[in-house]
Amino acid sequence: MNSRILHIASNTFREAVRDRVLYNLIAFAVLISGAAILVGEISIEIERLVVVNLGLTAVSLFGVVIAIFIGIGLVSKEIEKRTLYTVLSRPVRRWEFIVGKFLGLAGTLVVNTLFMAIGVFAALFYVAHKLSAPDALIVVALYFIILEFLIICSLSLLFSSFSTPLLSAVFAFSLFVIGSFADDLRGFARVTHGITKWFATGAAYLLPNFSALNVISAVAHQKHIGVQLILQNTLYALVYAAMALSGAVLIFERRNLK
Amino acid sequence: MGASVLLQHHIDEIRPRATIEDVLYVSSPAIVKRASLGFNGLMACIYWTRAVQYFGNRHHDRSETFNELAPLLEITTTLDPNMIPPYQFGATFLAPRSPSGAGEPDRAIKLMEYGIQHNPDNWHLYYDLGFVYYTELKDYKKAGEAFDRGSKVPNAHPFLKLLAAQMEEHAGDFATARMLWTATYEGSHEKNIRQNAREHLRCLKVDEDVTNLQAAVDRFTQLNGRLPTSMWEVAMAENLRGIPVDPDGDPYQISGDGHVLVKNPDDFPFITQGLPPGYKRTSPVKFHSES
Repeated sequence: MNSRILHIASNTFREAVRDRVLYNLIAFAVLISGAAILVGEISIEIERLVVVNLGLTAVSLFGVVIAIFIGIGLVSKEIEKRTLYTVLSRPVRRWEFIVGKFLGLAGTLVVNTLFMAIGVFAALFYVAHKLSAPDALIVVALYFIILEFLIICSLSLLFSSFSTPLLSAVFAFSLFVIGSFADDLRGFARVTHGITKWFATGAAYLLPNFSALNVISAVAHQKHIGVQLILQNTLYALVYAAMALSGAVLIFERRNLK
Repeated sequence: MGASVLLQHHIDEIRPRATIEDVLYVSSPAIVKRASLGFNGLMACIYWTRAVQYFGNRHHDRSETFNELAPLLEITTTLDPNMIPPYQFGATFLAPRSPSGAGEPDRAIKLMEYGIQHNPDNWHLYYDLGFVYYTELKDYKKAGEAFDRGSKVPNAHPFLKLLAAQMEEHAGDFATARMLWTATYEGSHEKNIRQNAREHLRCLKVDEDVTNLQAAVDRFTQLNGRLPTSMWEVAMAENLRGIPVDPDGDPYQISGDGHVLVKNPDDFPFITQGLPPGYKRTSPVKFHSES
């Protein structure tokens, strides 16, 4: 891969670590340990369900928050600190800068998810006293969560390429919420008619489909996830992220930085 | 910090406590599902925990109503239809009348059918459905149908077939009731359900003893032309080893008009036999601990 992109990616990762992003792992560890220890005292027969649901939901939500709040500042911070001009004069092409930032943030989230995954499995071992073959499905759920992060990162970068950090955060978070209702949006499109139907259908397919990437409940009940779904979701996430990144690159290429 | 904690404590004492009725702001399962943003599993776990805590607190406070139990269980199962414990809990505590349950057998049946619709291969749910029909609605035909449906599920416990057959001819027998409550006791890991089943088995023993002893008293009366003056006379006539006692070790008594009575009916919350005339339960249901 282009060494300039890799350098920007690794610098982005280092900056995230320097900004103490990985400290969220402490909060996660406290949450998941507490849940594992307490759940048996306050509820019944669902210890494993709680650990898997809580663990994976926390991985997803923590990661989305990090993706949005770091992603929205990736471009604007560089402009504010005027380091962007130095970088672009290296020479680094504008699209390399955007792709590098994206890969750096995605890498940070992958590392974060890896540590959290260890925490989830440790908590699961604590409550269930063993790990069985169906627990491997948790890895599939984690993989889908990473795909979700790729989409969120690319959207955050897209918004940050032309908007203020605050608005970028609002847009990105709104898309995350609406994307979680993707199934309902499709259902709504099916029951409407005329121009509303076209609009709803368009929105349903244009907005990111996070509900397809959420298999936490299925995995908690050890339900099988088909290989077809894994492949299709992977392609979908890569295509959608590429689309959002392309938008970010197009906007950033034309942006007047003076 | 210490001052802040102390002040909070005093403020909490002055302000009215939030009850579960206040806290159950959203009672619509569909709205809660939307609000969970796709994290239905975790929300279901939270609502299930709330349902358990709600029931436990009401039971601890010796309350006689459990009005929020049905909504909490319905929300839990809407969020995660594959979570089985709420259905089993519903079967045991939603259907029975107060003070041991919420007194909503129709809602319990609806909950079971919903569970079966989403988990057709779980034979426990058919058992729970049949259990509600048998114990609360005394609809032995429907109970038999539920057990029969369950017996057809792959890997179903063989006793479901047996129970279905029992419903045909021996639905009202003590042996059938004992079989059901024993299956409930042995089939659950949940403390409340096991305690409830154990209490029912104790009370079933009393009902059976009183029925048998009453038959013995009637036989004595027919043979001797008079009522027995004490349980000792009945024991002698029936060649029993001693005066029959209830599960608490207290001897059964005979009233002046020849009825067999339980010494302390408050200790047996579910008995239907051996109660003094005009008896009204005064104390709340107390579960005896497992020995």
